[in-house]
Amino acid sequence: MIGWSAHLIILPVVIPMIAGAAMLLMDDSRRIWRARLGVLAVLAQLAAALALLARADAAGGTAGVYLLGDWAAPFGIVLVADRLAAMMLVLAAVLGLAALVYAQARWDRAGVHFHTLFQLQLMGLNGAFLTGDLFNLFVCFEILLAASYGLLLHGSGTPRVKAGLHYIAVNLVASFLFLIGASLIYGAVGTLNMADLAERMAGLAGQDKVLLQVGAGVLGCAFLIKAAAWPLNFWLPAAYASAAAPVAALFAIMTKVGVYAVLRMGTLLAAADPGSGGVYGAPWIFSVGLVTLALGAAGLLASQELRRQAAWSVLVSSGTLLAAVGYAQAEVLASALYYLLVSTLAIAAFFLLIEIVESQSPAGASVLALTLEAFGLEDAPAGPDQPDEVVGVTIPAAMAILGVAFVACALLITGLPPLSGFVAKFGMLAGALRGAGPGTPISGSAWLLLAVVLGSGLAGMIALVRSGIRTFWAVERGAVRLRPVEALPMLGLLGLCVAMTAAGEPLMRYLDATARALHAPQGYVEAVMSQPAQRPAGQEDAR
Amino acid sequence: MELILALAIGVLAGSGVWLLLRPRTFQVIMGLSLLSYAVNLFIFGMGRLRVDAPPVLEPGRAADLASHVDPVPQALVLTAIVIGFAMTALFLVVLLAARGLTGTDHVDGREGET
Repeated sequence: MIGWSAHLIILPVVIPMIAGAAMLLMDDSRRIWRARLGVLAVLAQLAAALALLARADAAGGTAGVYLLGDWAAPFGIVLVADRLAAMMLVLAAVLGLAALVYAQARWDRAGVHFHTLFQLQLMGLNGAFLTGDLFNLFVCFEILLAASYGLLLHGSGTPRVKAGLHYIAVNLVASFLFLIGASLIYGAVGTLNMADLAERMAGLAGQDKVLLQVGAGVLGCAFLIKAAAWPLNFWLPAAYASAAAPVAALFAIMTKVGVYAVLRMGTLLAAADPGSGGVYGAPWIFSVGLVTLALGAAGLLASQELRRQAAWSVLVSSGTLLAAVGYAQAEVLASALYYLLVSTLAIAAFFLLIEIVESQSPAGASVLALTLEAFGLEDAPAGPDQPDEVVGVTIPAAMAILGVAFVACALLITGLPPLSGFVAKFGMLAGALRGAGPGTPISGSAWLLLAVVLGSGLAGMIALVRSGIRTFWAVERGAVRLRPVEALPMLGLLGLCVAMTAAGEPLMRYLDATARALHAPQGYVEAVMSQPAQRPAGQEDAR
Repeated sequence: MELILALAIGVLAGSGVWLLLRPRTFQVIMGLSLLSYAVNLFIFGMGRLRVDAPPVLEPGRAADLASHVDPVPQALVLTAIVIGFAMTALFLVVLLAARGLTGTDHVDGREGET
């Protein structure tokens, strides 16, 4: 028998599954109990994720390898909790908590089974981060996608159904690509275990190697669709902008699952090939990331609604991440992981903030304002005989809080000082400019990264300042009400981002170790392949 | 046999992709279905094609690799079929909802210019 603490790894998958199933059995009149159970389940996941994080860091990389069904590595499905997986689990749980608390304001009553779908979504996310098996990754993707289809359509309405149709069609095709890629890899290598795959790649030659490369390419396309990389991302802005606010906040981590999969598979596939520089297909990922980033910045500038701006900033975030992953350098990657945490939390907070703001003002007011500005149809200028009434507008406290929160979101998303978004971008660019070592010339790709990242930051700032002025300095506005259940999750997420600025050093130490471990995946492979099965004594021959 | 299977996968995938790019939701769902058949056959083919070789051990049959095929791709196909089926059913519901809400079966919810 193995101790209870060894089962810690499976808890992030089992807790939401049981909670979600239990909610189905509850009567609809006990909605409050469903909500309480949901919050409790997310808190338990957060605790499990934090415990895994602490253990992974203490154990020097891997918190443990869990053999499902007690089959040793290449034959059974394994769950692996290393630093990266533990970090993503914590991020998912934090986002889940904020979104779930926010949803209690009204969204969980806008349709059926919100809480169950929410838990299943978390289950799929946690499973995708933990799994060490390629096909199991597919299954977890499908779980989280199936739940996300339901959540996206939550609240119904024509825009959601229209966007949902496109979202589902694109993701179904991505799933087919995933299957083709996974089966090609299985056909060539004969294993679906990621660690085993990394080991066996070295011995491949001839046709099998070509098959594997094709399989990895197709699989990469599937991951990049999930990560919303150009040119496979035009479904995203409409889908995210039409989703309910807590759902959109949770979806902020969905594209990061794609980035996570690219990172995980990319580094493992490159383990056997020293010439690839640490990440499989790095030049492709880098250029796709840059184009995505540029497109996201252009979309930010072009969109008139705050919601669409938030959706485009998801693209900015995943473009930056892909470019940094494709840069294939451990220092850049460490800061990119920091950026991943910051941008996910900030975008989630932004989605929540937008809904609070929009629920205060008449629908479409900010759109109208921007359109008026674009066509030069400003309000008639105050003549000399007209006293300017706008002098000394009193801003209510609630509005001031929202305004400050908006400024914080804008600073975090565009990466301006003094908040943690700046630290992340600065770290990435400094790492890229420092290059391989002192004395080496700065490479062209480093300049390219610098130009595109800074340019997109500028574009984002212009876009957000413009809509911020129109939203918060508008004169006509009724009384502003701020409900704690809505404001606290949003402020909590932003507070975390601020705290990450202050606690930058221990965090960067952790992330630096994560990035180094990813670029030298031998430790991961050994941990998985050497995990012995825990058979009870006397049953050695039973199999 | 390889040729027939390859042709079948090719025809299914080709028709599926073509239908997927059509503007009507019904054509899209047919395209997705055909594409899923093609993908399932493809996974099956990745386990190598062998005649008269079951994927499970049977009494009376020699328990060696020569008389059995790889069972893993068959298990994968089974999983993929179930998931694909469920997703198609879900897509069908959304398709009907979109038809009801927008009053047209165009994928964009409104008729194109042509």
